[in-house]
Amino acid sequence: MSYLSLSDKDKKEMLAAAGVAKIDDLFCCIPEAVRLRRPLDLPAAQSELELVRTIEAIGRKNSAAGHLAFLGGGAYEHFIPTVVDSLSSRGEFVSPYTPYQPEVSQGTLQVIFEFQTLICQLTGLDIANASLYDGSTGTAEAVLMAQRITARNKVVLSRGLHPQFREVVRTYIKNLGVEAVEVGYGPDGRIDQGALGRLLDDKTAAVVYQSPNFFGVIEDIQALSGAAHGVKALSVAVVAEAVSLGLLEAPGKLGADIVTGEGQSFGIPLSFGGPYLGFMACKKEFLRQMPGRIAGQTVDKDGRRGFVLTLSTREQHIRRERATSNICTNQALCALRATIFMETLGKQGLREMARQNAQKSAYAAGRLGAVPGVKKRFTGPSFNEFVVELAKPWPAVDAGLKAKGLIGGYGLEPAYPELKNAALVCVTEMRTKNEIDRLAQALQEVLS
Amino acid sequence: MIKEIREPLIFEISAAGKRAAELPALDVPETKSLLAGVPLRAELEDFPEVSETEITRHFTRLSQKNYCVDLGLYPLGSCTMKYNPKVNERLSAHPAFAASHPLASEDLVQGNLEVLKKLEVFLCEIAGMDAFTLHPAAGAHGELVGMMLIRAALEARGNARKYVLIPDSAHGTNPSSAHICGYTVREIKSNDKGTIDLASLEAAMTDEVAALMVTNPNTLGVFESDICRIAEIVHAKGGLVYMDGANMNALTGIVRPGDMGVDVLHINLHKTFSTPHGGGGPGSGPVGVKKELAPFLPVPVIAEKAGRYVLDFDRPRSIGRIRAHFGHFSVIVRALCYILSLGPRGVREIAEFAVLNANYIRKSLEGEYHLKYTTASMHECVFSDKLQKEHGVTNLDIAKRLIDYGVHPPTMSFPLIVQGALMIEPTETESRRDLDIFIDAMKAIAREAKEAPEILKAAPHVTYVSRLDEVAAAKFPVLRWEKKA
Repeated sequence: MSYLSLSDKDKKEMLAAAGVAKIDDLFCCIPEAVRLRRPLDLPAAQSELELVRTIEAIGRKNSAAGHLAFLGGGAYEHFIPTVVDSLSSRGEFVSPYTPYQPEVSQGTLQVIFEFQTLICQLTGLDIANASLYDGSTGTAEAVLMAQRITARNKVVLSRGLHPQFREVVRTYIKNLGVEAVEVGYGPDGRIDQGALGRLLDDKTAAVVYQSPNFFGVIEDIQALSGAAHGVKALSVAVVAEAVSLGLLEAPGKLGADIVTGEGQSFGIPLSFGGPYLGFMACKKEFLRQMPGRIAGQTVDKDGRRGFVLTLSTREQHIRRERATSNICTNQALCALRATIFMETLGKQGLREMARQNAQKSAYAAGRLGAVPGVKKRFTGPSFNEFVVELAKPWPAVDAGLKAKGLIGGYGLEPAYPELKNAALVCVTEMRTKNEIDRLAQALQEVLS
Repeated sequence: MIKEIREPLIFEISAAGKRAAELPALDVPETKSLLAGVPLRAELEDFPEVSETEITRHFTRLSQKNYCVDLGLYPLGSCTMKYNPKVNERLSAHPAFAASHPLASEDLVQGNLEVLKKLEVFLCEIAGMDAFTLHPAAGAHGELVGMMLIRAALEARGNARKYVLIPDSAHGTNPSSAHICGYTVREIKSNDKGTIDLASLEAAMTDEVAALMVTNPNTLGVFESDICRIAEIVHAKGGLVYMDGANMNALTGIVRPGDMGVDVLHINLHKTFSTPHGGGGPGSGPVGVKKELAPFLPVPVIAEKAGRYVLDFDRPRSIGRIRAHFGHFSVIVRALCYILSLGPRGVREIAEFAVLNANYIRKSLEGEYHLKYTTASMHECVFSDKLQKEHGVTNLDIAKRLIDYGVHPPTMSFPLIVQGALMIEPTETESRRDLDIFIDAMKAIAREAKEAPEILKAAPHVTYVSRLDEVAAAKFPVLRWEKKA
């Protein structure tokens, strides 16, 4: 299949116009010695029909599709209204570049402005950016931002912060002289406040915690923010399950200075981990330290309202090595999906979705907890995930459940060796009562 | 079709009680006083309430205010705005992939891992590298990973070194990425051909320099013909060569970076491999390396074991994880589809016709617009507004006037070494008709600049908004909607 649009006549005439005899002459500036003088070793070209067959055959090797899953851990299966796919797949949204020419990009720019507004409303903070790559890199950016704001070089990371997010933070800070220390959790699954107090000092730039945390447990953001502010450090809240914001109080209202996180739950398919949607909001006094693009409102020559990318003196194309971040391309199309999703669900719908997650998860926790050999690991309040401790090792239980067509949860031992035989179970609005009962039944059979 | 579209913000058309989505009734027994003691919202204050009709109209109207590749030529230099094949969109959204959870165990996602491995292998062949990682989320993320790999490799040799050399024509992400990796940037001046000056490079290349970051072809669209000598100079002092592959569209099947001394590079799947830009992302910035750097690649690495794909986390020398999960998977599916569609001949034709189209534009506009560097062009050419400035017309005016002719403007004011730059990259997928529309418009604008510059100053004339006040936007920032008090 070829996507070229030139006829043989065009090619001939254009070569003549360009002043060369043949295509090869266009590459005369490339040293002969390094030119590739053989065809690339790639499979033969395929027609569209062949391509569809090839890719669908590869897709069929994903046997996960046949399983009923209770997986969460930073990536969530939520209902996606049809309008999200239908509207976001319009060529006018899919195929433009970053809106550098605002007069022909008002669609994209207004969407970003609405997205920023919605993120501010959800987080309870003053300003939001146009997106970051995902929750993990958003967390790393928040750490670097806190370092710049406080001019301090130590961050305290909650052990309840997504293990992969913590790894990414460590990769980012390794070469920058920032030290990360971890604070553990108590029997309720929340940050151990006593331990936190002992780690905080006048070198601490930020306390970085996830809520609901990786165990699904809702942290006491007010207390954590108070502790951070006590040593003039920033309170950085990470939200890995954005739907929780439909029900839980906005972290900004509870003292968080920066809220960052993963917006995948808002209309973005699981898609094996990406592309997802990093978001970030902060108090307005930190505006100049915010990474990434920001859209703002202005007027045109005739006084009409319009939108532009603004405050770009923070960014790499102006500030180069002194920029607040190296990010350029972000997640615009994912932010569009999230915007359509949030506006479609709306005031009542998002709250109802969040309520159903909490209710169904609570029901599931009760059902599974009643199975002999299953114990709920943490006592703290949870949103749509909870940790169970099993009487048998997780790999055996997992295999047993898979044989029954279920992915019952995510084994925690590799990331948390101290959580023996434990698994994280997620229940969103997508799981029906029957499906939850089926998991409880299967677990009973596997454990007996 | 419609001359005037005034679409309010969604918040301005919201009215209490309207809904565009409903969930089934809760089917489990309700737990009373759930989350007692946890601070909950009274309501989602000011969140929109609209109908599905209104949602559809809102976003359809907004979409009509965007110019896009599906509509016409989008000649942004160094952005490679080529056509995005529709079948790739369909296949990347196939439920077998779209519904696939990243924490599912590897035995259940063999198809996904095959997609990743296949693209890694293809990119190694196209770029002439020994290994690839598909983790980086975009070009700048790839640069950061590339610099981390260089630092790790040099540390393993005994000294991470202090400086990174970057030509003055480079994209702003290069110095920024090097900086975040803990390096100090030293700028290399370009010579009068617009390429790296060998004498300056030799003088700057000390044993405290970790790497040279080079874009090839560079941002002028000029191939660094001395690239092999450049690599020799850097390697002789124990440094490594990083190539920004943003302009790989000029090279596919013609020459491989790995064959000209490049140690690390990133490629933009959203440029060379046709995945859509989405109004600013998501992109994908895979990084390729030579053997010496492979042990440092981010985790996990896809490996093959007994005929199965596995995720290898046992990589003690790895730089670590640079993003959760496995990269921008659905973007990766699209790029794989593209390479499978084109085959070896088609991948070579990318470069052949991208370069032909750019040279056709260059020859057609020479004389009408000033060309600061007359070195041979590859896939893009950089004119300036020097001739039009005599009539008080700037590149901004030219860009805005192009919109009136129905074409998207080129990249403006970049690279920084060309004052008043107009950087034009047509890509290979354009028809001669669309190239000619652009050329004719540029010629007409050159005439207007002499005869009626005021038309250009007031452009654009045909858009829903006229020229926007960007200074006011930055001076008095309004970054969100707020309910009127």
